[in-house]
Amino acid sequence: MSDFFTEAVLIATVAAGIRLAVPLLFASLGEMFGQRSGVLNLGVDGVMLLGAFGGYYAVLKSGNVWLGLLVGVGVGIVFGLITAVMSVTLKAEQGISGIGIYLFGLGFSDLLFQKWVGTPLPIKAFPKIEIPVLADIPILGEMLFRHSAVVYIAFAAVPVSMFIINRTNFGMKIRAVGENPEAADSLGVSVTKIRYATLIIGGTLAGVAGAALAIDLKIFQQNLTNAAGFIAIALVYFGAWRPLGVMGGALLYGFVNSIVLQLKTLGIIPRSWSDIAAMAPAIVTILALVIVAQRFKPPTALTKPFERGR
Amino acid sequence: MRRKYAWFALLLAFALVAAACGGDDDAETTAAPAAETTAAPATDTTAAPATDTEAPMETFRVAIIAPSAQNDLAFTQSMVDAVTAVSGSVDMEIAITDGTFIVDDAAAAIRDYADQGYDLVIAHGSQYGGSLVEIAPDFPDVSFAWGTAADTFGLPNVYAYEAASDEGGYVMGVLAAALSQSGTIGVVGPVEVGDAKLYVDGFAAGVLAENPAANVPIVYTGSFSDVALASETAQAHASTGADVLTGSAQMVVGAIGVAAENGILWFGTQANQAQLAPEVVVASQVYHWEVVISQIVAKVQAGTLGGEIFVIDLANGGEVIEYNPGYSVPADVVAKADAAIAGIIDGSVSTGG
Repeated sequence: MSDFFTEAVLIATVAAGIRLAVPLLFASLGEMFGQRSGVLNLGVDGVMLLGAFGGYYAVLKSGNVWLGLLVGVGVGIVFGLITAVMSVTLKAEQGISGIGIYLFGLGFSDLLFQKWVGTPLPIKAFPKIEIPVLADIPILGEMLFRHSAVVYIAFAAVPVSMFIINRTNFGMKIRAVGENPEAADSLGVSVTKIRYATLIIGGTLAGVAGAALAIDLKIFQQNLTNAAGFIAIALVYFGAWRPLGVMGGALLYGFVNSIVLQLKTLGIIPRSWSDIAAMAPAIVTILALVIVAQRFKPPTALTKPFERGR
Repeated sequence: MRRKYAWFALLLAFALVAAACGGDDDAETTAAPAAETTAAPATDTTAAPATDTEAPMETFRVAIIAPSAQNDLAFTQSMVDAVTAVSGSVDMEIAITDGTFIVDDAAAAIRDYADQGYDLVIAHGSQYGGSLVEIAPDFPDVSFAWGTAADTFGLPNVYAYEAASDEGGYVMGVLAAALSQSGTIGVVGPVEVGDAKLYVDGFAAGVLAENPAANVPIVYTGSFSDVALASETAQAHASTGADVLTGSAQMVVGAIGVAAENGILWFGTQANQAQLAPEVVVASQVYHWEVVISQIVAKVQAGTLGGEIFVIDLANGGEVIEYNPGYSVPADVVAKADAAIAGIIDGSVSTGG
């Protein structure tokens, strides 16, 4: 066990946990916006996959990682809009329509990959940014302040989301629409517009999550996200629909994963326990979900389409 | 209300079609489909070619069902490449359904090809065995091959094939140990079963035979498809001082990226992975299933539809160590690998497998 507490291993474990948390953080922050306004979107993973392929392909062709991220944004906006049309305008059953989007994303991203790329080719990764002064702090600097640019963007999105939800007029409307759409409607708030906006934000962040994942891994493959989008949805419940809680959940999931991997690498978890240990992140998250989330209740209007006068 | 469900059904149908398309690729026909029309009248006794003493050979129809993409530079590609190679010498029509990581989808495809009267249906994935036991007896005139496995279920129309991947793994291990400076050589494995386990065990045995003091941390991530986890496993190995890595299954593309970034040497298996990171991939164990497929095709053409288990190994040329021309391996290290290959073939070296 003493092997684990060496400087190099601790730094690697924390840095890995943060990297693993990033796609989850983007996606679950986005999902949180939708849920706060009363819409459950189960299609996150599909949009992530489409964003991942779009981002990967853009970088492969242009060599520009920022263009890749931008394509992720574009894909996300389009699918956020599609989700909104289905869930808000057409009032489709939210769970099922989300699964439709997921299946579409899973299949279509792979179809495009097979047709346009074929054999996986590596691409450029995001540049590593060392934050001046902070990066020079011993140990901590290397753990926290020598990451790729997209990591900082993900964590910066947390306070931005907090500000939007808690301190802006738009955020107040989101909360109102999620808790009591009838009352919000009677006060002149357009439930439709607010839900469109939150679903587009959600789609955008899911697209970014996918693009960030593919560019960080420098590769695309069928089902690249490996169901990360569904974990992101669970993390919204885990985080009790609050940005800080969502961040805590993403970090917990990332850290449990990275610690288990590192303990396996050092042989502290024996190989015979390997498969059981692989379940640890899911088990820890579910346990935490049960314990933490019991104390909070979801937005009252979650999953309920709004129809005026009903 | 009705309109919204109609929309919804349309979208769902579209999604399902897209999902199905994603996995499947078009049936790739290497032979002219016209052959099919000539095949049918062969039973027609009034047909003109009755004067021919030798009927023209029918086009041999092969279907491949495989879990990952046909160009995955790993498991599935190894079989697609093999059948394509055999088609060079046999008049053959090839259909591929790839990406069927969902076993039920694969089972549907297997049954569908059998129903269409394909001569040989290759279920390329050990997870498809359960489906084959149910399907094969319904089509006694169709030959099935599946692997990697060593069980024909006692069925007369099922062949099984497997790779002695511990042999190539052992040779890679010898190379890895000879090239490692730090003596720490990491392994990124998927799940400790089948082909991956054989390869990893052989690799570790090879490393320890060359350098008994070496440290070979073996990590099974628990997933064949989690690229991010494979990538972080490689990072974890790097943090503990590994300067050589290897791994098995399609998720290793993530680990190879990390190896390239950190200048860590990589040994590949199942297909030649040099193009993923030309600067760090030293060599790959490449499967040439054509050694097996050509025998199976010949047997099926001769009327024997199954009941035999085939193995590819270093001796029969089904496993080949391919060096990356972009990475120069010192001659004395190559000599060690050659000695290991010779030893495995003549039986003087045990791979522990």
